[in-house]
Amino acid sequence: MAAKTLTIDGKPITAEEGATVLQAADEAGIRIPTLCHLDGVYDVGACRLCLVEVAGTPKLLPACTTKVAEGMDINTDSERLRKYRRMTLELLFAERNHVCSTCVANGHCELQTLGYSLGMDHVRYDYLFPKWSVDTTHRLFGMDHNRCILCTRCVRVCWHIEGAGTKNVAGRGTKSHIITDLNMPWGESDSCTQCGKCVQACPTGALFHKGSTTGEMERNRGKLEFIVTAREKKQWITPE
Amino acid sequence: MTLNDLLNLKTRELSSRKKITLRCCMAAGCMSSDAKGVKQQLEKAVTESGLQDEVEVRGVGCMKLCCEGPLVQAEPNNTLYVKVTAENAPAIIAALKGGKADVPQTDPNAAFFKKQLSIVLANSGIIDPERIESYIAVDGYQALHEVLTETTPKEVVETMVKSGLRGRGGAGFPTGLKWGTVAKSPGAKKYVVCNADEGDPGAFMDRSVLESDPHSVLEGMAIAAYAVGADQGFIYVRAEYPLAISRLQIAIKQAKQLGVLGSGIFESPFNFNIDIRIGAGAFVCGEETALMASVEGKRGTPRPRPPFPAESGLYGCPTLINNVETFANVPPIYRNGAEWFAGIGTEKSKGTKVFALAGNIKNTGLIEVPMGTPLRTIVEEMGGGAPGGAAIKAVQTGGPSGGCIPAQHLDTPVDYESLGKLGSIMGSGGMIVMDDSSNMVDVARFFMEFCMDESCGKCIPCRAGTVQMHNLLDKILKREATARDLAKLEELCDMVKNTSLCGLGQTAPNPTLSTLRFFRKEYEELLQPDTYGPRGNGEPKKQPAAAAI
Repeated sequence: MAAKTLTIDGKPITAEEGATVLQAADEAGIRIPTLCHLDGVYDVGACRLCLVEVAGTPKLLPACTTKVAEGMDINTDSERLRKYRRMTLELLFAERNHVCSTCVANGHCELQTLGYSLGMDHVRYDYLFPKWSVDTTHRLFGMDHNRCILCTRCVRVCWHIEGAGTKNVAGRGTKSHIITDLNMPWGESDSCTQCGKCVQACPTGALFHKGSTTGEMERNRGKLEFIVTAREKKQWITPE
Repeated sequence: MTLNDLLNLKTRELSSRKKITLRCCMAAGCMSSDAKGVKQQLEKAVTESGLQDEVEVRGVGCMKLCCEGPLVQAEPNNTLYVKVTAENAPAIIAALKGGKADVPQTDPNAAFFKKQLSIVLANSGIIDPERIESYIAVDGYQALHEVLTETTPKEVVETMVKSGLRGRGGAGFPTGLKWGTVAKSPGAKKYVVCNADEGDPGAFMDRSVLESDPHSVLEGMAIAAYAVGADQGFIYVRAEYPLAISRLQIAIKQAKQLGVLGSGIFESPFNFNIDIRIGAGAFVCGEETALMASVEGKRGTPRPRPPFPAESGLYGCPTLINNVETFANVPPIYRNGAEWFAGIGTEKSKGTKVFALAGNIKNTGLIEVPMGTPLRTIVEEMGGGAPGGAAIKAVQTGGPSGGCIPAQHLDTPVDYESLGKLGSIMGSGGMIVMDDSSNMVDVARFFMEFCMDESCGKCIPCRAGTVQMHNLLDKILKREATARDLAKLEELCDMVKNTSLCGLGQTAPNPTLSTLRFFRKEYEELLQPDTYGPRGNGEPKKQPAAAAI
């Protein structure tokens, strides 16, 4: 496969043809913040946190879906990008009821971690305080819509990795929400195989193992990596 | 079907014409005020007067002056009756023998009609949209025959490039370039899609074209399919247009029966089928990638581009997506030549543009004008200004993605570049005129509310940003906002514009930005002093006086 040479944050880089800017940056040790991206499932470019500046392109491009090209000059970290990323997080925190102190994922949450790392010290927008429910009808897992950021990682692992097609998105705009099957309680779903991949994929405390108390919810992403590597490379790595 | 068959059909149709034709508008606007009843009564009156052999009552498409409907026009003397009721029918028929009917009339030579140049709407209000013979009588499907028998696909694309036609969906991408890209994209299977998901508030151009002249769209799609090498087409039309859908269904069926669509068109090896896909009421499905997802039966949400539909579109195949009006422009271009078309309009914007003229204006309806026509001509001469002589304050173009052009810029010519310079866009053709009673902050809030409701919810800036912007505009209107809120609003506009995934989010701030640009004073007048911020006067907030008990 042909190699492409490009520049990311002033650093000359070689990347495989067909690789995304995010992969190329990752290999070069440059971290671009992401939220809807999850290794192993296809990208949708929805969270807009990984937007980068590409010289010669007037629009900002998502690193997760933009393929590398010869001679690209990419900037992943500018004052403008940092500002937009902080605003995106502020919008997310204001949209639903993200209360870290009473959340199962407290301390293990990607949204919370991004808030710290991107310097989001307060939310300037009015909190919307929507009324969302918690679905605890499933035997093993629970879904707290108040914590959901609609990254659709759970939907993608459910369709793409497990092949069950249980999770989906209903509604539109700010009324969008994750549903199980035909918008029925999770516990009544026929298609759910109880594999728990959605729980492992969730970046926040929206999907959790029943019985985990505040701050307990550690994810086991190695499980997903194990399945994807086994499938694509026929290698059975030891999950961490 | 051969060319001879086609010409025979034309001759037969023309020779069966009667001496007098009464054309009744049967488009959705007039139908809503009983055009069907008018037509039935006219037919009845013709029979009762024994004029069946001399008078034809023909249901036609939009006759443009929608505010005066139902419209009936007599041929050949061109008397145009307005606001016709079913009771007027006998009087109209009696007047055919001479004399004047006591039915309201309007001047068919008024500026509203005379300043128009019809290419897309040339057959609208003339032919019967439910009969293919009526379209063939005005040289319909001859362009398709010529293209299929005398030119190569490459030449078809070259003609389109030469014509200078730009996409009429709003962005104005050169059509020839798009056709060429799809034609060059490798792939055995290709698709042609017609975007008829017109959704801008106040816009009804595409609906009128589909209701008035569906065959011109089908012919345009077939020519495009030949140029790019596609054999399957889809028309994605919104469910809110039942009349357009039914006329399209009739048109497709008739075209297939005559062999101008389907397999072996004009006895050539070229096959092209068209299927209709009906939208379920989402504005975002007018965005091309969301539209394709919807056609595939998936949730109608956009995806990042590239890859563009021209490389990877419907079912991963190269796909050509054009708007209704773009396709309707195609047959006239091949009938009259690219040079003819390129001779109309301005240097960078060729041809004509159809606008749905609405709002605070005397003559509302459908107009088609050459590119470069000044807005003032449209609003003042053709539209007749605001009713009651009120002053025009602004003209909104481009719907929720566009902007408001203030009265001082009315001399701007209508073309892609000039409107873009003023922070608005050509858009698909909605043109809403506002007089001095309009509150521009309220206008901005209306469009923001529309975008908020229609956001698909996929990307965060559009989903959550439009809600916050709407709340801030609401706060300003309620006189509860401060200068800091306005700054927050402007910052959000910039962020949502630059970070949203698709065109809906990227353009959602436009109405707000353009009203801020030209009518900032109206915003500032509504602001309250900020007691805590740097612009505040430092005094504590006044508590409202307690009501006397």
